[in-house]
Amino acid sequence: MTFEYAPAPESRSVVDIAPSYGLFIDGEFAEAADGKVFKTVSPSTEEVLSEIAQAGEADVDRAVKAARKAFEKWSALPGAERAKYLFRIARIIQERSRELAVLETLDNGKPIRETRDADLPLVAAHFFYYAGWADKLGHAGFGPNPAPLGVAGQVIPWNFPLLMLAWKIAPALATGNTVVLKPAETTPLSALFFADICRQAGLPRGVVNILPGYGDAGAALTAHPDVNKVAFTGSTAVGKAIARQVAGTDKKVTLELGGKGANIVFDDAPVDQAVEGIVTGIFFNQGQVCCAGSRLLVQESVADEVLDALKRRLTTLRLGDPLDKNTDIGAINSAEQLARIKALADTGEAEGAERWSAPCELPDSGYWFAPTLFTNVTQAHTIARDEIFGPVLSVLTFRTPEEAVAKANNTQYGLSAGIWTEKGSRILAVANKLRAGVVWANTFNKFDPTSPFGGYKESGHGREGGRHGLEAYLAPSSPEGTR
Amino acid sequence: MSTVERLTVLKTYKLYVGGKFPRSESGRVYEVSDSKGKWLANAPLSSRKDARDAVVAARKAFGGWAGATAYNRGQVLYRVAEMLEGRRDQFVREVADAEGLSKSKAAAVVDAAIDRWVWYAGWTDKIGQVVGGANPVAGPFFNLSTPEPTGVVAVLAPQKSSFLGLVSVIAPVIATGNTAVVIASETSPLPALSLGEVLATSDVPGGVVNVLSGRTAEIAAPLAAHQDVNAIDLTGADADLARDLEIAAADNLKRVRRPQAVDTDWTTDPGTDRLTSFLETKTVWHPTGSLGASGSSY
Repeated sequence: MTFEYAPAPESRSVVDIAPSYGLFIDGEFAEAADGKVFKTVSPSTEEVLSEIAQAGEADVDRAVKAARKAFEKWSALPGAERAKYLFRIARIIQERSRELAVLETLDNGKPIRETRDADLPLVAAHFFYYAGWADKLGHAGFGPNPAPLGVAGQVIPWNFPLLMLAWKIAPALATGNTVVLKPAETTPLSALFFADICRQAGLPRGVVNILPGYGDAGAALTAHPDVNKVAFTGSTAVGKAIARQVAGTDKKVTLELGGKGANIVFDDAPVDQAVEGIVTGIFFNQGQVCCAGSRLLVQESVADEVLDALKRRLTTLRLGDPLDKNTDIGAINSAEQLARIKALADTGEAEGAERWSAPCELPDSGYWFAPTLFTNVTQAHTIARDEIFGPVLSVLTFRTPEEAVAKANNTQYGLSAGIWTEKGSRILAVANKLRAGVVWANTFNKFDPTSPFGGYKESGHGREGGRHGLEAYLAPSSPEGTR
Repeated sequence: MSTVERLTVLKTYKLYVGGKFPRSESGRVYEVSDSKGKWLANAPLSSRKDARDAVVAARKAFGGWAGATAYNRGQVLYRVAEMLEGRRDQFVREVADAEGLSKSKAAAVVDAAIDRWVWYAGWTDKIGQVVGGANPVAGPFFNLSTPEPTGVVAVLAPQKSSFLGLVSVIAPVIATGNTAVVIASETSPLPALSLGEVLATSDVPGGVVNVLSGRTAEIAAPLAAHQDVNAIDLTGADADLARDLEIAAADNLKRVRRPQAVDTDWTTDPGTDRLTSFLETKTVWHPTGSLGASGSSY
């Protein structure tokens, strides 16, 4: 028996995208100093959504100057007043969340179900959470009167554009810093809409500056001598370049980088729940998630049963129009990312792993990749080691918990992991041995503003979220310095 | 009766690696003098290979030490203080020679160093509650953040404060379960090498602390670039060396603790900053389930 779905598209009319946008510097939209522009397209249709001013070095300098100028007054505001600005922003995001969800889906390609039910609620919650910290910083465990650092240069990725903006801007502003933020070149729109929200909230000029652009603008921002704090979310390669770039400076750095998360399924796990968790782990946001559970480690005795159930489940996933409320799998964010996913999947096949893709029709235009899993994967395979950042799952097996832990930790990364078992002591024992910053037991890909997020090893430095997330934006409480 | 003055027995200073006291594999030594230039000893001039051997020892010791109970680690650190107290006179002499201090000033430094072990011994089973805890997430989940040791930490001990500074950088690293490869003060390595002897008799498992003497820059370079070192404390590096090492450390994204611009006053309250520099936060989620919405069950 098969179910037929009638189309259930969310209306585009709730969002009004202008034909062009400027950079947001010192409270005004402006053209780039050199007049450069770039186009942002909808990944599901390749339709050009808007033309965006492209920041260069001169614009970075102007934005940093504006943020520096704004810092004096902003940092001197009583925390309670800063808090109220952030509460305003949180409320306006809630009011405009439908508009922003549609916008994000158009620009990013992810399903409206995710932007509506995950991204936007978390964005508002993040601002609401850090708003409350602004006048309580002396109680946060960083000394009685912790000081902001100054100007924060922040560079964010395209996978959760507005949520990553919230993770960066909310704690920075709550602690009294000012911000220059560069969104990714493929997803600049929600950050520019956020600029408008800052204006609606009456945020003082220069406190938040938004510079759409490419990697060169990001590099200019993180290298700028008057930036005190660098926060980056993105690839491990760029993270390492930033770590080299800031060496010998006083800049404080937090990096949230790649991952190759292990999702470990033991033989006593309830299969249906585990399968849902595996699907959430690697196919949420088309697998374009740094903490994705991209390696399935399944206990040998139940491997066949779990894989059969998983394949059955994957055939029911609906891939297509991201604005359709029934869509599970949206578009890959860009042609470039799609090419990377295809290349890595081809490598997987070439190295001898066995490929299986869900039988689904891919739309004619746009960037699409069917949910795919590989079996017969060994730890030496490229697809078991490199972050694919797409809807591709590598399946490995194990016999004992010790072997599962050893395999899970056999990676340069250390961001996330999953554990599926009914046995409480096994959860705690395995979680204890995993070298990963976030461990989801009998669940996966859950996020909350109160919950610290970040990696071990080459998955990055520092934590975002919770009380821990404040540390990245406050001067050390002791006379000794650390980054 | 003859009154020939007894010839003292001099100590051969050796490295402390994996719980043993090897010479440098290079067979090299360098002269160590007191503050007035008088010869004190020939210290091992460690090589790159010594540094790599020390990392292997530190990695081997990491699982057991990180997995020990916090209470146990506290007892071991307290035992270090006990052993030091018993060898106080030796360290007063060595610190006085190393730093050109009077006996009484050197004694104050050693006392402070012993007390610092006591301070950190008490932290082992408290830091987890101070920096970790339950997070009130908006959903039916139990969510707990716990600090865990970063791993193998390379420590460039302070160049000037050969003993109090040394203890102040080692103790916080191992209190939380990390293991350490320590580069002693280049000109005053003897108190550090003697500390190895104290650690060896204090129930500190071999490999938890490894002490190397020699040229700081020569030993630090392979440690900063080492793929199995997780963090580096640059306290004993000058600005140029620190920059070079930080660049090398980026290759596997080591946690880097930069040196201070000004000289540290090691006698002040150290706070928790050095403890938290080498901790990772792990956050574990689990569904709480629900016992139904029918009403109060309290």
